Amino acid sequence: MPKQLTYVRGEMLAPKEPPLREAGVVKWLRENLFSGPLNTILTLLGLLATAWLLLHLVPWLMHSVWNAGSLGECRQIIAATWGEGATGACWAVVRERWPQYIFGFYPQDFALIARLSFADQYAAAGGYEGVFGAAVNGAVREAFIADLRANAGLFDLYVLGYWRPILAFVLMFVAIAPVLFTALPRKMIWFSLLYPALAFWLLWGGTVWLPVVALLGFAVMGAVFTLLKDQLGVPVSAGLGLVAAVLWWLFAQAPVTAGLQSALPFGLASVDSDQFGGFLLSIVIGVTAISASLPMGILLALGRRSDMLLVRTLSVGFIEFIRGVPLITLLFTASLLLQYFLPPGNNFDIILRVIILVTFFAAAYIAEVIRGGLAALPRGQYEAADALGLDYWQAQRLVVMPQALKISIPGIVSSFIGLFKDTTLVAFVGLMDPLKGITAVVRADIDWKGIYWEPYIFAGTLFFIICFGMSRYSMWLERKLKTDHR
Amino acid sequence: MNKSVFLGTLSAAALAAGLAGAATLDDVKARGELICGVNVGLTGFGAPDANGNYQGFDVAICKAVAAAVLGDASKVKYVPTTGETRFTALASGEVDLLVRNSTWTFSRDNDLKFDFVAVNYYDGQGFMVKKDLGVTSAKELDGATVCIQTGTTTELNLADFFKANNMTYTPVNIADDAEGQRQYLAGACDTYTTDASGLAASRATMPDAENHIILPEIISKEPLGPLVRHGDSQWGDIVRWTYFALVAAEEYGVTSANVAEVAASSTNPEVKRILGTEGELGAMLGLDKDWGMRAIAAVGNYGEIFEANIGSATPIGLSRGLNALWTQGGLQYAPPFR
Repeated sequence: MPKQLTYVRGEMLAPKEPPLREAGVVKWLRENLFSGPLNTILTLLGLLATAWLLLHLVPWLMHSVWNAGSLGECRQIIAATWGEGATGACWAVVRERWPQYIFGFYPQDFALIARLSFADQYAAAGGYEGVFGAAVNGAVREAFIADLRANAGLFDLYVLGYWRPILAFVLMFVAIAPVLFTALPRKMIWFSLLYPALAFWLLWGGTVWLPVVALLGFAVMGAVFTLLKDQLGVPVSAGLGLVAAVLWWLFAQAPVTAGLQSALPFGLASVDSDQFGGFLLSIVIGVTAISASLPMGILLALGRRSDMLLVRTLSVGFIEFIRGVPLITLLFTASLLLQYFLPPGNNFDIILRVIILVTFFAAAYIAEVIRGGLAALPRGQYEAADALGLDYWQAQRLVVMPQALKISIPGIVSSFIGLFKDTTLVAFVGLMDPLKGITAVVRADIDWKGIYWEPYIFAGTLFFIICFGMSRYSMWLERKLKTDHR
Repeated sequence: MNKSVFLGTLSAAALAAGLAGAATLDDVKARGELICGVNVGLTGFGAPDANGNYQGFDVAICKAVAAAVLGDASKVKYVPTTGETRFTALASGEVDLLVRNSTWTFSRDNDLKFDFVAVNYYDGQGFMVKKDLGVTSAKELDGATVCIQTGTTTELNLADFFKANNMTYTPVNIADDAEGQRQYLAGACDTYTTDASGLAASRATMPDAENHIILPEIISKEPLGPLVRHGDSQWGDIVRWTYFALVAAEEYGVTSANVAEVAASSTNPEVKRILGTEGELGAMLGLDKDWGMRAIAAVGNYGEIFEANIGSATPIGLSRGLNALWTQGGLQYAPPFR
């Protein structure tokens, strides 16, 4: 048998290394950073700018001081540690003033701290009436509080002291969870509906009966609606229900609240709106305006596409007027103009005024975003809903809105993010927003006068965390709702 | 018909407003709290401290009035006001009293319908320059770049001053004091101009304070003082004479520490009238006879307030200057208590 000649190689050769310039980091650099003269120049300029920034920023951050009583002390410490002429960040201002950045001038609950952690001294000083009673001279109270402040621990001062805003904040997540995550039990939505009243009571205090009686107004509305629905139809009975509720709030609210309070007195110490500040204020305004502006925006968007002349004209007029006016103008209207129209002494709350106008502002933008979503739906969807025999509201609820809202998610969320950041504009009407208001207060202290970047960086970081969180949630929601198999 | 009802309601509301505005004292007493409009934050004059308690030279006036009227200096609700919101807050009745380093001017007094009841600080606009600029007088600032807050009277004063002296300048517009200080230190302008008290406070916090000087020229008159609404003279008188009681207390050597002792032992009839141990001055104001004593005990006399908040012992280190008593060459002068 002749020896067989091998014509074909039996095994593969090992692949050779690609040429150096066509592989790895070098290839990536050549393709992405140095692909031509223009890109090369831009890359070099970018590198220079980054280097310059880092050269200034890194030492400044490396020389940070956290423990100091004043800006001057910060400078001394930096000069002593890093030599004359060194610059450094003075985070001591954040360490000393963070409660104001978070809670503004919200009063700490010293009565609670005293009762829980300093029971003996509290009893010796005469208990609540002896320290916090109305008849007690301010000097006595201030001395007791100063003593308590000096001796209390961090948990006492900040967690117990601010238990009301902290509890309201934690419960906020419980309340929005069923809205954000559909996997949760649907019954939780009842808590979400009760939450605004609960949060109002926790934050502003006062008698518990005020929010309870206000909620009863909704019960009145529901009762009228259910009783009359069969005889008068949905729109008329809903309108009558609303009228009944408004009558309840106007005429029954005050006497019923007063009566219940005198029969069963129960409440928290009341807190004035001007004591709100910092992120507490931003979140109160932002969250309220966000949750109120979405339904309002949906109604406005539907109104704008309505066939009814009056509804359409009113919606278009509202949207175009509000969008045509800067937010600052609306805020000034809230704070200055309304005061002239109301009789003196009839002060309705500045935060409430601001919330209402910020809500209007956001609703006008949301309405346009949602109208974009509605316009993107193919006409067949509307016709299919009609063909199924659904009435207008059923069609909107079951067919149109779920699709339109899904399309609008990025726009809606960026409106919300913009709205949340816009809450800092309330500084111009004398409210203590975290960026300008509280920073102005901090800088007015001679210890911190002249500090510039640190408060801004601190407030900016917190804003970034919150806004980035919202943005991530919206991306998650978009992926979850994605059904188009594109 | 509808229209006349509407107008009737309006005029009734206006009438009610007039009536309600006419008795601020009764409102304050009924409320048990004085509502005082203060600055959102001005070093030394009014700002909340780390615990949220308002402190400062202007704030002390609020406390003194609360002590005189209500007997407790802590019964004050402070309403922070900005430059834009301050006068509306007072005119609309949101605050009873505005003590917010506001300059007494003709138009504010007459056109805006307020009463400036006293001048608690005589300020004026000055210039700060770096020492190595080699300038010793504001008259040598020809051609300088000037950091100036836009939309303030300081901007107008500056233009007037340079025009009057045939000089030119380049404005560098800034939004607030913090930015002004920063721009000036960064070298964006040769000189920074604002009220002299503000310049002193800024200079005190600079890392190299010794390299900066405040030029001797003061180019404007800024009499700062508490103000109330027109049309309630009784309330205006209470604020005015509470303030004068503090000034007179300094003149007669009455301090927060010795006020009780002086009240018991003094033989000076004027001091006795201020402290209520003689005469019926309190009743003439609609208050009880101890009003002056309480005000002084709560915040100290004018000199004590000055030294504690902005005086030479504080980092701000303002000298008394025009704000010394008239007996020491200043302008602080209390009319006789009789």
